[in-house]
Amino acid sequence: MNTVRIVSPGLQTTVQDLGRFGWAHFGISASGAADAFALRAGNLLVGNAENAAAVEMTLMGAAFEFEANIVVSLTGSDFGAGLPLWSAMEVKAGQTLRCGPSQSGARCYLCVRGGIAVPKVMGSASTHVMTGVGGRPLRAGDLLPIGNEAIRRPRATKGIPALGDGALRVTDGPQAESFADELYRSAYTVSEESNRMGLRLRGAAIASPAGQMLTEGAPLGAVQVPPDGQPIILFVEHQTTGGYPKPANVISADFRRLGQLRPRDRVTFERVTIEQALRLLQQQEQWLYGI
Amino acid sequence: MTIRPASDRSLHVVFGDRIATDSYAAVTRLMHGLAGARGILNLHPAYASVLIDFDPRRYTHEQMETLVRERLELPSPPDPEPRQVDIPVEFGGECGPDLEDVARHTGLAPEGVVERFTAAVYEVYFVGFSTCFPYLGGLPAELATPRLSAPRKNVPEGSVAIGGQQAGVYPLASPGGWRLIGRTRLRLFDPQAVPPPLLRMGDRIRFVPEAQATGGGGLDERRETLPEARRETLPEARRKTLPEARRETLPEVRG
Repeated sequence: MNTVRIVSPGLQTTVQDLGRFGWAHFGISASGAADAFALRAGNLLVGNAENAAAVEMTLMGAAFEFEANIVVSLTGSDFGAGLPLWSAMEVKAGQTLRCGPSQSGARCYLCVRGGIAVPKVMGSASTHVMTGVGGRPLRAGDLLPIGNEAIRRPRATKGIPALGDGALRVTDGPQAESFADELYRSAYTVSEESNRMGLRLRGAAIASPAGQMLTEGAPLGAVQVPPDGQPIILFVEHQTTGGYPKPANVISADFRRLGQLRPRDRVTFERVTIEQALRLLQQQEQWLYGI
Repeated sequence: MTIRPASDRSLHVVFGDRIATDSYAAVTRLMHGLAGARGILNLHPAYASVLIDFDPRRYTHEQMETLVRERLELPSPPDPEPRQVDIPVEFGGECGPDLEDVARHTGLAPEGVVERFTAAVYEVYFVGFSTCFPYLGGLPAELATPRLSAPRKNVPEGSVAIGGQQAGVYPLASPGGWRLIGRTRLRLFDPQAVPPPLLRMGDRIRFVPEAQATGGGGLDERRETLPEARRETLPEARRKTLPEARRETLPEVRG
């Protein structure tokens, strides 16, 4: 089987697809690509189904060596590979594709025509870093098998989709009524303690009715406020239930922006309706369907 | 019952604001009614609510709400025979550093705490939090002990704990504020097992002191009641992809 070898692993490089669904009632969140939009686009560009497994790099990229000529794409942020982004391209046998520190956002995806063919665990190839379900972060010397699951011809490119840099758009969360609008009044900074479980924010403390509610389910993108008043955005490896109140939830169309947030980035929040959120999602989907 | 969006891709169905038999029965009825529905990505049951994650390209919130109301109208299935699981526990000492505190708070001797704790049968209300954490009902009222004022940074894997009126077991090492009274070597989450989670909603739990568990066959009993699949080992290929990964600490994200 054709393979790609990890020459150097970068900071946190993992195999991801769109996630492992159907296990939340065992406390296991979906995991999957932190910027699912970039992963889907990369897969479509190389001619894969959008859910094919690919490689996610975080802040500091990896170096890869290919056993045979193969079509690949790099999507998400610019990790300084010196190659075109958001387009299909061919790499040659024995060639090394070297990514470095991020030049823009937190994550970059390497999609390979045919997909990364690691065994699926509980229905998904994605790595849940915290639990080890699906594997572990990649190390130097790891060999990743390349599958043969391409479904159509590669597409050259469709341009680079703007990420957007305004406020993160949110809809009301289940406890929105228990909060004043402090969340919308000032900017927050992404803390160094952020990871795939949660994006911890630092800024003006928000008065939280924490401690008064029964444990309940928590969705991806929920903004929860623990007693210290510093909000946490639940991310792809989030806890499935929690007892902290949630004033807001980031909209699906902005999940890709969460995946690109880096420590020390500043964020503000803007409230939209569910209808607006779904319209924005539809625009994003249309861009993908155009690939 | 209130039904409202929790996000643009999820619906929150709430049956009550406290732990009560009727709201929990509604949770199990809805979980059963929605099992296998297409386009539902995840279900998050809790004491009195169910969060439904769905694919917004397939359902609107209104359509999902209609489905929920329809499925709640279905007749309840007969209660299945619950699985009985014995959990062997080493109480006190290093394994249960808070046993003495629980004894002091409850006015019992440590042995008395263990005696009452192990005499009870617990029900797994739901499994959630972070990876297979079972929320257990059935703690004898006299054992209720408030949580620690400051949570521990690192609770060891397998810790058996009391948090207020609840009992639970930490499946993985994690931070936590519950009182640790013992530890089990049984793995509630084992990535090598198929499926990895050991416990599920509705299971009945007994805690068995370790000496009795090994000598008295408590573990064998548990194994007999577990479905066959649980004991299957994984194909060789799968094992190779999981070398001690779960013990690794999470790399810190740096700028």
